[in-house]
Amino acid sequence: MSTILVKTNVGPETTKVRMLIRHPMETGLRKNKKTGKPIPAHFIKTVTCDLNGKTILTADWSIAISKNPYMSFVIKGAKPSDVLKISWVDNKGEHDTRQGKLSEL
Amino acid sequence: MRQTNIKGSRGFAATLAVLAAGVAAGFAPYPAHAGPEQDRIHLIGFYEARFPKLKLDDYVNGVYAINPQMRAEWEQIMVFPPYLPALDTGKKLFHTKFKNGRSYADCFPHRGIGIANTYPRWDAKRGEVVTLALALNLCREANGEKPLPYGKGKIADILAYMAETAKGKKIHVVIPANDPRALEAYERGKEFYYARRGQLNFSCASCHIQNAGRLIRANTLSPMLGQATHWPTYRLKWGALGTLQRRFRGCNKQVRAKPFPFQSREYRDLEYFLTYMSNGLPEVGPTVRQ
Repeated sequence: MSTILVKTNVGPETTKVRMLIRHPMETGLRKNKKTGKPIPAHFIKTVTCDLNGKTILTADWSIAISKNPYMSFVIKGAKPSDVLKISWVDNKGEHDTRQGKLSEL
Repeated sequence: MRQTNIKGSRGFAATLAVLAAGVAAGFAPYPAHAGPEQDRIHLIGFYEARFPKLKLDDYVNGVYAINPQMRAEWEQIMVFPPYLPALDTGKKLFHTKFKNGRSYADCFPHRGIGIANTYPRWDAKRGEVVTLALALNLCREANGEKPLPYGKGKIADILAYMAETAKGKKIHVVIPANDPRALEAYERGKEFYYARRGQLNFSCASCHIQNAGRLIRANTLSPMLGQATHWPTYRLKWGALGTLQRRFRGCNKQVRAKPFPFQSREYRDLEYFLTYMSNGLPEVGPTVRQ
């Protein structure tokens, strides 16, 4: 199961893309209540969105972003057949990608 | 006997004004022998006067039916409902067989699908109200399995799946006329609802009837009508799904009263009363609240 949930609304001039990424976004500042040991940081560092292979959005995230982050943006002049690719990489090197035509996502 | 004392710095004039407004809105003391159906209709009349723009079915959305800004935020969150993974887990758990080869479906009418809107039920044999959560654990125990802890976790996930299969169906809680004990349970639930408790000395009615739609610090108080329709709920405060009785415990703690145990007679009777009051409204669980 992908960690990236996407919804797109293709309009005549603009397209709205909304996404939710399932990720713990652990800050590294929390402590385990029972053991008192800090819970290690585990957060997304970079999110990249490509349209037809060209990067249109790069987001540099850190511990300030909460668990299961939601992001939305608007693209000007996209067609339903354009291919959108969303990828993220976190501080542990884990990653995930979701790709598809705007009309299908 | 229910008293409408206004505590704090409000003066006598304010007390009179509130009582007068209450009576004008139809919030008169219940007649001595009113039945549950009359109670329910009486309650709807009260809310119709308080919120003239709302249709009956709108009440299932609670504060989001009354507060447009909160509704806009809620609709944003509902684009990707946070309870979806828990719902998937619940579906798997519901369909997983017990060690003895039987499953939850064997314990429920219609194999457990599309029935969540008919709970709580009066169980004549046990002589008590049975909530859906209690029924799940009774099923487990009857099949040699250990009961699940109430309030959150696996039981909430399973309840979410069962609620989802009944989504849209009208709440239909029955108080059988041929068993006076059922009506007694309803009346106990009603008495609990209107009884003041805790250090803050509030009853459920203080917030959810008397002050429904008004602010308590920065929160808008939801009306009692429709409250029982949307469980289990993913509360952003919990960051997870929780059951109605989990919320009962939280509410009791908030007025600094000692909460009752999960599935205590008090909470089952309260759930019986509360859900009966929402009869006819669509079941909309699971859903998201703040």
